[in-house]
Amino acid sequence: MSKLSVNNLSCQRGYNLLFEDLSFELNSGEVLRISGQNGSGKTSLLKIIAGLKSPELGSIAFEQSKLNSEKYQLETLYLGHYAALSSELSCIENLEYLTNLSTEIISPDFHTALEEIGLKNYEYELARNLSAGQKRRIALSLLFISRSKVWLLDEPFTSLDSDGVKIIENQIEKHCASGGLCILTTHQDCNIKNLKEISL
Amino acid sequence: MNIFLITLIRDLKMAFRNPSSFLNPLMFFVISISLFPIAISPNAETLMTIAPGIIWVITMLSVLLSLNSLFHYDFDNGVLEQIVISHHSLPLVLLAKTTAHWILSGLPIILLSPLLGIALFLDSKSIYILVLTLCLATPCLSLIGSIGASLVVSIKNSGMLLSLLILPLYIPILIFATSAVSQSQFNLSINGQLYFLGSILIFSLISAPFISAVALRISME
Repeated sequence: MSKLSVNNLSCQRGYNLLFEDLSFELNSGEVLRISGQNGSGKTSLLKIIAGLKSPELGSIAFEQSKLNSEKYQLETLYLGHYAALSSELSCIENLEYLTNLSTEIISPDFHTALEEIGLKNYEYELARNLSAGQKRRIALSLLFISRSKVWLLDEPFTSLDSDGVKIIENQIEKHCASGGLCILTTHQDCNIKNLKEISL
Repeated sequence: MNIFLITLIRDLKMAFRNPSSFLNPLMFFVISISLFPIAISPNAETLMTIAPGIIWVITMLSVLLSLNSLFHYDFDNGVLEQIVISHHSLPLVLLAKTTAHWILSGLPIILLSPLLGIALFLDSKSIYILVLTLCLATPCLSLIGSIGASLVVSIKNSGMLLSLLILPLYIPILIFATSAVSQSQFNLSINGQLYFLGSILIFSLISAPFISAVALRISME
């Protein structure tokens, strides 16, 4: 059984201590929602787990792979505040590049992923011509391609309509049912089974 | 296809779909060099003497102009975050981005310089040496510039800071490149200058991507 362990994590930004001695374990099949006020360190925590930021103290491991090891990075998928799309590239081209960066899948099915997320026929549209919600959907369509076990989603429901939120909730449930685990931050209500919650 | 080629092709594709991003510094290069004969003197002898210096100084400034966009765009839209946490080698991806930058900024300058050399009355041998120094040194400008660009990536309007960081590192290149072209006009040996530029190229090719990667990780914190 896969397990993500976070031990005695402390994080400081500027002169502010955001959190200290934070420890939790997340097993496969579980979803963890990080809640807290604006500026409480939710994004910083996700960035630390993704390997983008170093913690002041503490350690993180997933199935014996240490943070920033190649295996750890292959097993984690991080989707941040920004959609990570280049406006000069089409939806497919953006997805191709993001998939190349985050996975080792040889020939992923982008068309099906875009269809599942509700962007059929937008494959060759340049990202600059899309709305904020559609851009967010393209980034989230990585969830239909990725084989990473740990999903780290920072405000995944921002700009999404209620249908979009439902699609993503279903995909997170499917991912957890197949042995994955997910950590997300959101200020919106979400209806996901096996949802654990920690507050910062 | 490996991540180096994938990143290189992506960056080139993006640049050609928004050509003003790399054409503006090139226009600056051509226009400012062509203004010197009007401003100083149309006299062939005067222009021939100052031509290596003019072309090299404007080359550096136009590369500096384009450096700001090397990582900024990908930083603003979040792609740089994905690059940093990718399982691929970060220095290799950064080398690909720097190579794309050289193809879009250094290579067109190399191709245009013979024409501008003729406009400044350089003889054919000096033009040949000028192109040779540009071939050896423009990749260094992009590679050394990538270190500065990654250090200031998270700072808004960092053009002045980037220039202050990078220009001192460009000075040895400027000295050796211009002296190679000037000395070739008097038929003096220029092997020393070319060896020096070659060694800077090898050193920056080996070290710059790794230093950029460390600088970028610090900037992303």
